[in-house]
Amino acid sequence: MEADHELGGHEAASDDRVGFGFWVYLMTDLLMFTVLFATFAVLRNNTFGGPTGRELFSLPAALSETLILLTSSFTAGLGMLAARRGSKNQVLTWFGVTYLLGIAFLALELREFTAFIHEGHTWHSNASLSSFFTLVGAHGLHITLGLLWMGITLVFIWVRGLDSHLIRKLTLLSLFWHFLDIVWIFIFTVVYLMAFV
Amino acid sequence: MREFLLGRLNAHALPHEWFTIGGTIGFILLPLLALAVLVRIKGWKWLWGEWLTSVDPKRIGIMYFIVAGFMLIRGGMDAIMIWLQQALTAGNAHGYLGATHGYLSADHFQQIFTAHGNIMVFFVAMGFIFGLINFIVPLQIGARDLASPFLNTLGFWLYVGGVVMVNMFFGIGGEYAATGWLAVAPLSETQFSPGVGVDYWIWSLQISGIGTTIGGINFIMTILKMRAPGMSLWKMPMFTWGSLCSMLMVVTVFPLLTATLFLIFFDRYLGMHFFTTNLGGNAMMYTNLIWMWGHPEVYILILPAFGVFSEVVATFSRKSIASYTSQVLGMIGVTVFALSVWLHHFFTMGAGADVNAFFGVMTMVIAIPTSVLVFGWIATMYKGRIRYTVPMLWFLGFIGIFTIGGMSGVLLAVPPADFQLHNSLFLVAHFHSTVIGGVLFGVFAGLNYWFPKFAGFRLNERIGRSAFWCWIVGFCLSFIPMYILGIMGATRRLDHYDASTGWQPFYILMLIGGLVIATGVALQVIQIIASVIQRRQLADFTGDPWDGRTLEWATISPPPSYNFAVIPNVTTRDAFQEFKERGGLPQAKYKDIRVPYNTASGIYIAAFAFAASFAFVWHIIWLAVAGILGVIICVIVRTFNDNIEYTLTAAEIENAERSRKKHILPKKTEEGEDMSLWEFIKIAVTWGLGFVGLKRRVHGS
Amino acid sequence: MSKNRKRRSPSSIVGRILAALSALALVVTLLLQGNNIALFNSKGMIAHEQRNLMILTVGILLAIAIPTLTLFFFTAWRYRESNSNASRASSNHHSRLLVPVIWFTPCVVAVALAMIMWPAAHRLDPKKSISADGKSLTIQVVSMRWKWLFIYPEQHIATVNFAQIPIHTPIHFELTADEAPMSSFWIPNLGGQLYSMTGHMNQLNLMGDMPGDYTGSSAEINGAGFSGMKFTTRVSSKDAFDAWVRGVSLSGNALDTAGYDRLLKPTQNNSHTFYWLSESDLYDKVLMKYMGHNDDMHMMNMGMH
Repeated sequence: MEADHELGGHEAASDDRVGFGFWVYLMTDLLMFTVLFATFAVLRNNTFGGPTGRELFSLPAALSETLILLTSSFTAGLGMLAARRGSKNQVLTWFGVTYLLGIAFLALELREFTAFIHEGHTWHSNASLSSFFTLVGAHGLHITLGLLWMGITLVFIWVRGLDSHLIRKLTLLSLFWHFLDIVWIFIFTVVYLMAFV
Repeated sequence: MREFLLGRLNAHALPHEWFTIGGTIGFILLPLLALAVLVRIKGWKWLWGEWLTSVDPKRIGIMYFIVAGFMLIRGGMDAIMIWLQQALTAGNAHGYLGATHGYLSADHFQQIFTAHGNIMVFFVAMGFIFGLINFIVPLQIGARDLASPFLNTLGFWLYVGGVVMVNMFFGIGGEYAATGWLAVAPLSETQFSPGVGVDYWIWSLQISGIGTTIGGINFIMTILKMRAPGMSLWKMPMFTWGSLCSMLMVVTVFPLLTATLFLIFFDRYLGMHFFTTNLGGNAMMYTNLIWMWGHPEVYILILPAFGVFSEVVATFSRKSIASYTSQVLGMIGVTVFALSVWLHHFFTMGAGADVNAFFGVMTMVIAIPTSVLVFGWIATMYKGRIRYTVPMLWFLGFIGIFTIGGMSGVLLAVPPADFQLHNSLFLVAHFHSTVIGGVLFGVFAGLNYWFPKFAGFRLNERIGRSAFWCWIVGFCLSFIPMYILGIMGATRRLDHYDASTGWQPFYILMLIGGLVIATGVALQVIQIIASVIQRRQLADFTGDPWDGRTLEWATISPPPSYNFAVIPNVTTRDAFQEFKERGGLPQAKYKDIRVPYNTASGIYIAAFAFAASFAFVWHIIWLAVAGILGVIICVIVRTFNDNIEYTLTAAEIENAERSRKKHILPKKTEEGEDMSLWEFIKIAVTWGLGFVGLKRRVHGS
Repeated sequence: MSKNRKRRSPSSIVGRILAALSALALVVTLLLQGNNIALFNSKGMIAHEQRNLMILTVGILLAIAIPTLTLFFFTAWRYRESNSNASRASSNHHSRLLVPVIWFTPCVVAVALAMIMWPAAHRLDPKKSISADGKSLTIQVVSMRWKWLFIYPEQHIATVNFAQIPIHTPIHFELTADEAPMSSFWIPNLGGQLYSMTGHMNQLNLMGDMPGDYTGSSAEINGAGFSGMKFTTRVSSKDAFDAWVRGVSLSGNALDTAGYDRLLKPTQNNSHTFYWLSESDLYDKVLMKYMGHNDDMHMMNMGMH
């Protein structure tokens, strides 16, 4: 069997490698979130006399955010199917919808944060709020970076059209997006739902 | 306005004490001067094009060695300063240089041992190991490069960013963390460490840690996806196995460190309360998190060293490694169990007996695979034909010292014993025995073993042996008294103690030992210089000076940029040994290959990341934003750039191979013995006198 | 290359002499230190048992390490290339016994050590009260920057950097900290150490079995004054202890909240100071400082440490 690192099988081997490497990166990101989850679990009740999650959180708002994000994962999936078919307009449409849903998610989250801050419940107040803002905020930051990545990729697709490099980027991006969705499910469960148990 | 521009920076941050001035000159100005001299001699284009922007893992490996070597000198000087303080400072002995005890104030002394620990673990050990993996692993698995050359250079420059950060505080800020190398909370919180020291600590570790994680992902991709055809996992060389296991641990635990560093940063910078003493903070959480990273870290360091020793023992016993399967399973066992022992670092924090006993037992379990490795090495030597080259000497030293270190570790793993030994000098002696005896000796063995591959000539054996003996004697003089002091009840990190304890004679012995080790390091530097002088005599013309067994010896020394002209098909372990027995590498057709361009994006991204970190230390918001934006933009530019490789045609490769073959046989062979130390001194003195005399002649005429 | 090895180079001879001299120096220095080897100089029951455990563990470890190292260096010497007497391997195959032996031997040692360690860890758990004839004595300890405050709640006295205890009496130390990083409370002659941390109460049980003055310290770095944070523990007869308590109670020094807050300010190398306690719930107030109003978990954990 001849070595296939030469020109012939190069593209396929390279895609395989990059995809695998991205999975490994996602695992490291997951481990960082694990630390934040563990810290939240330990500190969630250290309110030092302040309000607990039960008193602060709005379950309907959190549920809306969850549904928005789940839908956006679905539309991203549709976008990927369109990419495999090579349909540039459908890709732009579906990922455009995903993008808007992502913005909506961020808007709801920012509304929640600013409401807390206005009431005087900031990350300075106590350990519980520190860990809340950090865990949920870290997720929101990842969503923001994902949206930035998505926006630039969509612009490139609009200008250049779909090519194999951009399809590869879309694949990695949708992996990232689904990953963030899964992390959010855990946040919704551990942070919001369990506050009301 | 000034506060907006400069944050918390002010004139007081500039060096104004003897040690910050000295540190600025020694570790900031002198390296810059050396770099300037290099540019003067060789030109900036050479430095930029051939080295700094190179994506060739062989070049990056050499750069890792140079930076790590520089930091070894710095960390060693820190060690001498520590020993000197402790030797001088018994009881009410009066202080020197303005200090109450010894010659260092308590706070300054604490900064020195903190810096010493961080430098040795993060920048010396990790640097040397990443250098070895970069250079050797692709060669061992029959690959041309790493999976992502861009991530490789990025990881290297992030590491350099950490190095710059840990040296920069001499010039700006004047203080480092005074908390011990892991900056345990709440001591590292703003309440007890208000200065910039801990912030420098956070960011030097954060940047280089992210670089390490990136490197880990890259090495895993390479080893799992780019092996030569026919090389299954179970046919890989031992050094590659050690590297793979180590990198699997890296990607598992370095993210924990990244997250924890962010948390303590948020406490300090944003006023959060993760680990503070008030408002619900839980400092014990920090201890748990940091050691969940910290314990696997030491196994991350030792597994590649175990891999090096397996290669060295096999080659110099002229036998394949005995029971390959057990050795590999041993390494995998260490990897898996490394994640289950972290609490043994804080038995004394007050978890109950059940928890303590569990982690003690898990620590016993991890000693099992390590012992299996030792027995495997004995079995490899058994009925072999052992040659005592310098790498083999380092192996012998490793067995002696690492065994003592391992045993002291098992003793420390017994919780009631640990209650008496925790944070004593016994503990310090234990981890130095394992890290110096294991990791550092492994690095030295690897450097001596693979030096011919790096440079095209081998290292001087005579001076190498002298260096080795200095290290062994110096180590024993330094650390056997340390074990004894631990049993005498001496706590670590003390800047002064009562004379009535009777500890001072031992501290003095330790200082002498440290000076002997310093002599050993000097001899290693001399070894390199003497080898350069004698390089024609020591030249390696075959690419296989030791009669090696693994694929890296199948290339010429140093290898061409593409490593192998044709990637070989592998059928067994010890692939190169197999080829030699069959009569040589099979001749195959040359093919076109894709070669990555050099790139400066690694440097730029690391520079922006460094700028942002510096801004976080000094609360300069605009610079932090600019740095982060810079990173994001550079990443986007790089990842959306499709033109990152070019084709090296089969014809070009064939030409290169042909012209190289013409020069393989030396025009002039020199015989003779390796230079002795005395001969080197004579040469150096003659050269020095000539240099001075020459100048005088030019000026005088 | 082999030519270099045959001749004894001057540097290797110097090396050998240096090594021998160092070994000699070490032995001599060690012999001069008889009394100061604190970990072997146990003056209390806990330290005594810990010492025995250490000796037993080291004994087991040496029992495996010495033969292994001997085998190792013997193998390394015997199979050196220049030794033509030794038989050499004809192939790369190893005996089938190798794998079972190299795995089994360390497993046996590990199991033996674990079987010793598990009960020992429970027997010597710092939380475990020592059963003895005399009534036990509770001392509450607050580590501050950079001194130790000892509160005797039953005797209504308090001291700084000095603690006197009656002989053969179980002492129940309750450790916490105030406005200080983690410290580690350690009296090596009497037993092992335990951390004192803000917002937590750790329990350490020790007993003194020989009269004398023993040095204690913080074994965990806690700032600039770390090295000076030493205290003295005096083990005396019951009568001497009672007399001492009486003397301290009758001294003029009262420790009230204001005095305590003064003590909290960072100072180094504090001398021994003695107070009588005018605020009897001082220690509880210290612990409560770090509790929130609804920190139920914390209250529960307090008793569990």
